[in-house]
Amino acid sequence: MNAAAAFFYLFSGVAIASAFLVVASRNPVHSVLFLILTFVNAAGLFLLMGAEFLAMLLIVVYVGAVMVLFLFVVMMLDVDFAELRQGFQSYLPLGAVLAGVLLVELVGFVAFYLVEPGTVKQAAPAAPAAGALLTNTEALGRVLYTQYVYYFQAAGLVLLVAMIGAIVLTLRHKAGVKRQNIADQVARTKATAMEVKKVPFRQGV
Amino acid sequence: MPGMSAAVPAFGPALPEIIMALGTLLLVLWGAIRGERTTGQVTIGALAVLVIAAVMISGQGALKTSTFNGSFLVDPFGRFMKLCTLAGSAIALLMSSEYLERSRANRFEYPILVLLSTLGMMMLISAGDLIALYLGLELMSLSLYVVAAINRDDVRSSEAGLKYFVLGALSSGMLLYGASIVYGMTGTVTFAGIAAALKDHGSIGVIFGLVFVMAGLSFKISAVPFHMWTPDVYEGSPTPVTAFFASAPKMAAMALTVRIIITAFPGILSQWQQIVVFVSIASMVLGAFAAIGQRNIKRLLAYSSIGHMGFALVGLAAGNPEGVQGVATYMAIYLAMTLGTFACVLAMRRGNTYVETIDDLAGLGRTNPAMAFALAMLMFSLAGVPPLAGFFAKWYVFVAAVNAHLYVLAVIGMLASAVGAYYYLRIVKIMYFDEPAEAFAPMSPLLKTVIGVSGIFNVAFWLWPAPLVGAAAFAAKSLF
Repeated sequence: MNAAAAFFYLFSGVAIASAFLVVASRNPVHSVLFLILTFVNAAGLFLLMGAEFLAMLLIVVYVGAVMVLFLFVVMMLDVDFAELRQGFQSYLPLGAVLAGVLLVELVGFVAFYLVEPGTVKQAAPAAPAAGALLTNTEALGRVLYTQYVYYFQAAGLVLLVAMIGAIVLTLRHKAGVKRQNIADQVARTKATAMEVKKVPFRQGV
Repeated sequence: MPGMSAAVPAFGPALPEIIMALGTLLLVLWGAIRGERTTGQVTIGALAVLVIAAVMISGQGALKTSTFNGSFLVDPFGRFMKLCTLAGSAIALLMSSEYLERSRANRFEYPILVLLSTLGMMMLISAGDLIALYLGLELMSLSLYVVAAINRDDVRSSEAGLKYFVLGALSSGMLLYGASIVYGMTGTVTFAGIAAALKDHGSIGVIFGLVFVMAGLSFKISAVPFHMWTPDVYEGSPTPVTAFFASAPKMAAMALTVRIIITAFPGILSQWQQIVVFVSIASMVLGAFAAIGQRNIKRLLAYSSIGHMGFALVGLAAGNPEGVQGVATYMAIYLAMTLGTFACVLAMRRGNTYVETIDDLAGLGRTNPAMAFALAMLMFSLAGVPPLAGFFAKWYVFVAAVNAHLYVLAVIGMLASAVGAYYYLRIVKIMYFDEPAEAFAPMSPLLKTVIGVSGIFNVAFWLWPAPLVGAAAFAAKSLF
């Protein structure tokens, strides 16, 4: 067993275990944390396949942004998950049937493939371009601002509209809210911040 | 390995759009840094950007080229439609500020969203493949959803924005579904490539995809059976926003519909002709009958615009240069009529409140004869009474349909036009023969100018139709 196989079993084992714990854990915050662990392991699996760009995306987008948002939602909304799970057991028969169908299909397919491998058409591997040594990221970078610059910039403008729209429709400046003004705070000096009082002896302030 | 990157495409043909985008970004920064009090400056800046883009586009002349690997096309057809769209956006923006100030919704983001939406329309008109089409469409639509709800403290405005967004998202989904089927069947996303793959034969799958693409586009031009959002959104949005909706986006979406049908699907003409004929007849008939019972002038104009899209599609159904010329002429005249009519609606103000029922126009012939005359001429023109501009618009599309042997379509169209005349004439009757209601507050010089120019255009079009009709013919030829 070489190192790649060892890492494959490590990542996939942890991924499966943590995926199970996402569903099984009672505390929703634990669920979210286990989901993060699942994603990180999936990213590891992508790395093993040489898809380093996807691995980075998974970490940056899912772990960095989506999961943090999940965590916020779970912590801020007071959802009683114990109540949601009431009657969870009653779905068990249907769930078991569906899982059984999936399992039969999977086992049947694999068995068929083992008997007659020719049934499964293998797509011809994409011909490596002149630069077979390019990494995914580099290959994407070469076309993103050249061949696809129009789509890329247009998509950027669409996102800009989404941002402006969200601000226009939801941002409200409330009067009387005390905000932090960093410039004011930094501009404070000893003279403006402190006042020295002469306290007469035995009289207090 | 520098030689391995794909070549950087030429940016020159898209220069007007690039300058629009950069101008918009500068205005966003200016507004964000200086705050709400910059609304007036940002509006002026946005108008300047629109004018610069229009000058640059008209400077492109008869240039016919493409860039970004065929996803951005520059041709006389696009130039004609872009100039009309820019004019529509600029006039709608000009008419907005007074109304938005009075209803306390004048935020500096409004002109910026109008600009971004107009940029989306430019990209839409120039789209040369399905991906560019979708990106342009989303840029246009997303901005429109937001401006529909720009008066966020008003329940009807928020409702209009939400309805438009939900239904618009649905239509985008259908369009994407159709586009993916077309791609799956032809193996390419460029219009030219699709046309080459469909030479002389279309499989059932391509027609399936075409139906979905047409459904998505019909939604954007509010053609039956995808018109349901129009009356509610027109009624709920602030009036200047409605004026914008009825003018520029319709131009762009119609231009794209013509371009994709004519350039990507010429091989299956008989199939798409059935769809266009059906949509056209349904829109004309529904526009004529459903408007009769309306009391709110914005709702009435919504049904009117549904009907007019049906008439414009009559030209497209012909599927030849003559028909496309008819569509281009129709849309340009429709733009002038619509903007003039909405300027009149914006002038319906008593004190600080804007009124919008038809009965509020009662006796306008006595309280404000000039406005009543202009509005009456616009109504006659929308109805298609000769010798006003609206008559010639219908004339060109119907002649094209008759020459293409679409007699049934032409006859039904003329009957629908006759039915539709009823509700336009009813407004004229209310203005001139009903007991006068309270007079409107005096209107701003700007609205007077828009109403005046639009009225003169409509009345005097028959004297000198050559420039517009000639430009439309030149534009139409470039598609074939």
